[in-house]
Amino acid sequence: MDAADSTKPKVSPLYDPKVRGIAYQVALCALIGVLVYGAISNAIENLTRAKIASGFGFWTTTAGFDINQTLIEYSNISTYGRAFWVGLLNTLLVAALGIVFATILGFAIGIARLSRNWLLARMAGVYVEVIRNIPLLLQLLFWYNAVLKALPEQLQESFIIPGGGFLNRRGLFLPQPVFGNGSGIAFVALILGIVAAIIFRIRIKRRHEQTGVRAPVFAIVLALVVVPPLVALALAGFPIDFIYPYPGRFNIQGGIEILPEFMALLFGLVIYTAAFIAEVVRAGLFAVSRGQTEAAYSLGLPTGPTLRLVVIPQAMRVIIPPLTSQYLNLTKNSSLAVAIGYPDLVQIFTGTVLNQTGQAVEVVTLTMAVYLTISLVTSLLMNLYDRRVALVER
Amino acid sequence: MTVATQAAYVASSPIPAIPPPSAHAGVIGWLRANLFSSPFNVALTIVCALLILWIVPSLLRFLLIDAVWTGADRQACLATPEHPEVGACWAFVRDRINFFVYGFYPIDQRWRVDVFFAALAFGVGWLTWLDAPRRDICLIYFFAVLPIVSFLLLHGTPGGGLPLVETAKWGGVLVTVVVAAVGIVVSLPLGVLLALGRRSEMPAVRLFSVIFIEFVRGVPLITVLFMASVMLPLFLPDTWSPDKLLRALVGVALFSAAYMAEVVRAGLQAIPRGQHEAAMAVGLSYWKAMYLIILPQALKITIPNIVNSAVGLFKDTTLVFIVGIFDLLKTVEAARGDPQWATPVTSTTGYAFVAIFYFLSCYAMSRYARYVEARLAQGDRR
Repeated sequence: MDAADSTKPKVSPLYDPKVRGIAYQVALCALIGVLVYGAISNAIENLTRAKIASGFGFWTTTAGFDINQTLIEYSNISTYGRAFWVGLLNTLLVAALGIVFATILGFAIGIARLSRNWLLARMAGVYVEVIRNIPLLLQLLFWYNAVLKALPEQLQESFIIPGGGFLNRRGLFLPQPVFGNGSGIAFVALILGIVAAIIFRIRIKRRHEQTGVRAPVFAIVLALVVVPPLVALALAGFPIDFIYPYPGRFNIQGGIEILPEFMALLFGLVIYTAAFIAEVVRAGLFAVSRGQTEAAYSLGLPTGPTLRLVVIPQAMRVIIPPLTSQYLNLTKNSSLAVAIGYPDLVQIFTGTVLNQTGQAVEVVTLTMAVYLTISLVTSLLMNLYDRRVALVER
Repeated sequence: MTVATQAAYVASSPIPAIPPPSAHAGVIGWLRANLFSSPFNVALTIVCALLILWIVPSLLRFLLIDAVWTGADRQACLATPEHPEVGACWAFVRDRINFFVYGFYPIDQRWRVDVFFAALAFGVGWLTWLDAPRRDICLIYFFAVLPIVSFLLLHGTPGGGLPLVETAKWGGVLVTVVVAAVGIVVSLPLGVLLALGRRSEMPAVRLFSVIFIEFVRGVPLITVLFMASVMLPLFLPDTWSPDKLLRALVGVALFSAAYMAEVVRAGLQAIPRGQHEAAMAVGLSYWKAMYLIILPQALKITIPNIVNSAVGLFKDTTLVFIVGIFDLLKTVEAARGDPQWATPVTSTTGYAFVAIFYFLSCYAMSRYARYVEARLAQGDRR
């Protein structure tokens, strides 16, 4: 050992990779430190010159502006903090609905692209190519300015939707359900039904694993969820009423009002993201080797169960990670709402609130923090999922 | 037991194959197999055909047949009794095309923009033609010469010569192309550095790279642009005050650098460890090993992904619209509100024009990515 040590060439510390590494890192940290220090001192100087107080003091100040879609109580005497929550909820609403519809449309188109029907596969292909290559912002402006703004403005000319709805330039008006006495029981019955269905599924699965005996799970689960609330409603004499919208003097009144901005944003996001989800689904189905399908056929499984029991479970492992990142993209893209005036987080906060208060640093940082939190939490969950479904190799 | 030794007939050549039944070959067979193989498929085919019959003719009628091609103002594009259906108002686009391409760039100076477009097209052509000679010079041209020359050309030379044109007057396709080009030219080298930083063995370097990449990828581009346009001036001494376009460019470049870093990192991960070890064994330093051994291989296999992320960047340039910069979409948005051309079809025409522009550019880029991918796959198979 000693001999080996003594033959080791003596290196000047200048060429020692460890010493160099530390020196580089110290230099990098110093550089970043200087930049951050410079930025902060400049910011303090600029802010004092512009007489802008920093901090979140504005949070409890009266906002003084109206928002045309609020999920929680809000008026122009509410605070900026309240406005923040309104915006955040609006963002989450459009993102959640967008994710649901984009998933449905995206899976349909992805599967259609692999269809044996030539015409259908080609049409799905054209859809994906066209939608993916046109900027989302342009699509949003098109839906908002060219489609929804071109709807009739006069109340008398509104499109009437079967079932008691109206559609015109001011938005979509739908009947609003009102739950009377006794519908609480139906709600309780629904929850009990869902709980029973979950317990039933777990037990059936356990029995299946132990004995191999299968049961018609889907039909029974469906019955457990649907039948109890219906029975409860029937017992209570169907206490659900609808408030139908009707043409008032200046606008349509009553019912649920859906803003054209909301419709345009939802439409644009769903159509755009569905094209990307279709590609994800197609790639996932391709990733399952043909041998799997052939093996299933040779065991005598028909097409449906082959897809459901063999191909899709394996494809999902490939599909879910990129699918999640598409969901995140949709959520982030919902910030384009600012271009068409849907009151989402970015429009309310980095738009109106920033203009009124001038608190650029706080407002932009907070907005970024919200999106960052959503992203990080999602990717954390994704990593957990990845670890769970990762192939166990022996 | 006699065996017939004399056959009456001996075939001297194989009997020609019977043609397949007409129901399984040719056009009819193809139709049966691909469109009408089952009742469900027949229904699907009928629905699809109806959809096509509904969309394609109305699209053609709007874009071509009923379209108005010439005219001086809105009168040309209004419905009249003898011409009740009005399609796209291309006369509007033709009237405003110079605004859509150059923005407010002074008319007598617009040749400078044309020269810039030509120089950029030359660089892109050289860079994307894989068998072109001296692609090393091309890299220097594209990443060093072109940016400096273009800036001087478009903005004006300080010591006389070309008069100054401030960026507030730039607009239209010019701004779209400038934002996309700057995004690519800056984000590629920066992305490579960040990717190397993320794979570095030095914890501090790795930490800062990861923080930057994950932070930028976690937030929407809009907020990055807002940060660049409202927060950046606060962080700089007030004597610097970068102009509006430059601030947006910083935002776009940083944003795309983070995405580029992840694309490059995927390429780096595909290079086997043996390559690093071999480079170290022949005594190459880290940077030499990267420059001569690792990056050429990693970047080669990443070209399709780099092009795809360039497509994303090109589409994202439209977002500078929101921080008040006159890119192509914003010029169209401004022009469509002009009362001189206010008709029911003006908006749709303007959007159709922009959509066709973006579709052609992005589709060409993604076709190129696919071509490179196929070519690389060929090399692997050999």
